[in-house]
Amino acid sequence: MSDPRYADRTSRPKTVERTIAVCFTVSLLSTVGFAATYWQTGPDMLLGVFFAMIFLGMGVGVIAWGKYLMPQGPFVEERHPLTTTEEDKQEFAEAFGRGADSIKRRKLLGKLFVAVNGVFAIALIIPLRSLLGAKTPGSELYHTNFGKGTRLVTVNGEPVTLAALDVGGAQTVFPEGYVGSATGQTILIRPQTTPLVTKPGRETWSPAGYLAFSKVCTHAGCPVGLYLQEFKELLCPCHQSVFDVSTGATQVFGPAPRPLPQLPLAVNSQGYLVSQHDYDEPIGPGFWSRGALWNGHNS
Amino acid sequence: MNLSAPDFGHEVRFGMDTIANMGVFRVRKMDRVNVSTRREDGQEPRFESHERTYEPRVSPSSANSNKAIAAVPRWVDDRLTLAKGGKTFLNKIFPDHWSFMLGEISLYSFIILLATGVYLTFFFVPSGHMVLYHGPYKPLWGQHVSEAYMSTVNLSLDTRFGLLMRQMHHWAADIFIAAAVVHMCRVFFTGAFRRPREINWMIGLTLMLLAIVNGFLGYSIPDDLVSGTGLRIAFSIFESIPIVGNWLGYAVFGGPYPGNGDVIFRFYIAHVLILPLLILGLIGAHMGMMVYQKHTQFPGPGRTNKNVVGAPMFPTFMAKTTGYFFVIVGVIALMGALFQINPIWLYGQYIPYKVSYAVQPDWYMGWLDGALRIMPSWELHLPGHMIPNVFFPAVLFPGLTFNILYAWPFIERKFSKAPDIEHHLLDRPRDNPKRTGLGVGVLTFYFMLFGASSTDVLANMFHVSLNTVLWFFRFAVFIVPVIVGFAAFQLAHEMKEGPQDLGKRKRHNIVVRSAQGGYSTIPVEGRPGDGHGEPEPEVLNPEVLHPEVLHPEVLGEPLHADLPL
Repeated sequence: MSDPRYADRTSRPKTVERTIAVCFTVSLLSTVGFAATYWQTGPDMLLGVFFAMIFLGMGVGVIAWGKYLMPQGPFVEERHPLTTTEEDKQEFAEAFGRGADSIKRRKLLGKLFVAVNGVFAIALIIPLRSLLGAKTPGSELYHTNFGKGTRLVTVNGEPVTLAALDVGGAQTVFPEGYVGSATGQTILIRPQTTPLVTKPGRETWSPAGYLAFSKVCTHAGCPVGLYLQEFKELLCPCHQSVFDVSTGATQVFGPAPRPLPQLPLAVNSQGYLVSQHDYDEPIGPGFWSRGALWNGHNS
Repeated sequence: MNLSAPDFGHEVRFGMDTIANMGVFRVRKMDRVNVSTRREDGQEPRFESHERTYEPRVSPSSANSNKAIAAVPRWVDDRLTLAKGGKTFLNKIFPDHWSFMLGEISLYSFIILLATGVYLTFFFVPSGHMVLYHGPYKPLWGQHVSEAYMSTVNLSLDTRFGLLMRQMHHWAADIFIAAAVVHMCRVFFTGAFRRPREINWMIGLTLMLLAIVNGFLGYSIPDDLVSGTGLRIAFSIFESIPIVGNWLGYAVFGGPYPGNGDVIFRFYIAHVLILPLLILGLIGAHMGMMVYQKHTQFPGPGRTNKNVVGAPMFPTFMAKTTGYFFVIVGVIALMGALFQINPIWLYGQYIPYKVSYAVQPDWYMGWLDGALRIMPSWELHLPGHMIPNVFFPAVLFPGLTFNILYAWPFIERKFSKAPDIEHHLLDRPRDNPKRTGLGVGVLTFYFMLFGASSTDVLANMFHVSLNTVLWFFRFAVFIVPVIVGFAAFQLAHEMKEGPQDLGKRKRHNIVVRSAQGGYSTIPVEGRPGDGHGEPEPEVLNPEVLHPEVLHPEVLGEPLHADLPL
């Protein structure tokens, strides 16, 4: 008789061994199946299932081998103490002190060496500026490509006329020449056919009931892509901020902290919708110096 | 011996015919008593005490094969002098508990990530350059897509084995982080982070942080509509950092985003080189430290704060863990084969003014997404400057989360009345009701945030208004954790005060029928791994591991290999 710590953990080792043999055979056959499926351009799913079966067969077999046909213990092992002797500690401290002393004796050299390394560390930060790419943060944070009389164009680049939308319609537009612009993306809505004054001072901004708002959410910058025609609300699908169009896209729900900036519209002599000027505040989510006056200019 | 029928306090069910034929039953006394119908050989217990002597029985053939095997370590040692360390390593004792396998899931998922990821790099083109699509996926014909997006679609739909590799890669990433989180919970609730393992706790946290970041980078680089929107949000989060936000955002993304294609290549190189190297190095440190300090163990017979009790590294643990690795590969392969994940050809190329509806990030970003959603619409205005809304839920909040987690071992140490000693014996969660209650409460908080990342989906599913769902979460995120945390505290507290063997696995009994027809029970001899009556732990004697000194009635005769191998 033998020690149970070293013994198999089964009373039927042959059955277990046979089972493991079956597992390995499944694995072996799956390998053949896998290769054949690949070769014969069989369905991808089958390829994957065979691939999985190769590993599952091996895995189950090897675990059973380890669990039932190998010594389980319990065996005990002493932990080595996670400390060192006082003697070692002292010798370590002495060795360090010996080196440190000879360094400390040359005070000027030591200080200079520290200074060189410190300056070098700072100097290393400067080339990181290259990571900024071609542009440094600037006017594009404050301005879009809309200017005085810029025509609104559709995603296909076609200028927008007064006939573009029926009542209740909505469309994404851009400043002419900048189709697809990330900052210039604007949502054009027509809640009614008569001018809609969203806020005092915006009396002339909505010819024929057309309203235009920046499509970049003031929360985290997602496109405010959903227009709820029934409620005259714009909804951002990312974090569910809701903006009330008729009061100037003021935030009525969700985390957005500011209204969507409104683009002042006009109709030019050819009957196209144009912007009177750029948005009068930076579009999109906030940033540290958003409130600062931008001295740069935009043509 | 008690000859009357034993009172189990449970219902004992077995057929009369089997009783008539069998003298001995092995009964496992649990909630329900299962009676094994396997007949024992006489009344002998299956295992003899280890104090019995055993005689080596060496057969010539096995001795020869053993000699050949033994030559391998000798050859290695002659060249590298590994014998001492190698011996210690092979004989190293590993304590066994199911919860110790959680970290292994994480480790093996990472290996799968490396393997599948390398495969994907052969096909993926990390470029934001826009081209006209005319590849094998016809619905995209004529559309302008980036090379990154096109190559991802093509490697999915036009490369044999490519889709499986890609889906395995994505599933493995999700499982990698999930297993790491659960592993961290295990370490937390059992107090395994206490001295001397504080450094390893912090390394583990760093690994989790890197894993989350690398997961995000990974699913961002195919440049599809969903991940592009995620990158746009990430850019806003960078921008929201006071003072340096814009510069930092531009430096990381290579300019304003959206609006430049550099970001794909930058995130690609970070995803496949920089972060994996960091993760690999830290995993090495994490495991090296675990080996050096030795694994913790749960209290039990023979287990003290000064020893480790379990099975040997070689062959037992090695076999189990290798098999486990294969099973994890198999399960992830099965998921990759059967469960679709991130079908970017359906989402389309990222275009800044387009957006999809009801999309969520990968699960491990859910808590941040939820925090972004339930944040009230505040922002801080200072003269000439501002701190944007997203700064609070997406920078400050995760910053606090990780800093508190890093500091946790020291925070608990400060408030603990226990002596400041090395802890190698684990707490059960009930042993420290305050920690358990707090941990469960905090976990619930993050679960609720995760739920809040689906406000729109929940509103649609339950036909309630978005407002209701949002306001529910704004309150529930704080109220539910308090309730759940308190309940956990109370439960742990009562279990701690209650009977000692509460919840323990019951021991097997042997039911014996006497000649007079009465029944009695005898508790069975302990078996290895059977928490209660296992044999006394003993120092491993490697000699005994050799098959030739073990008796075949214990080991069983091996089957003969008839395969022509």
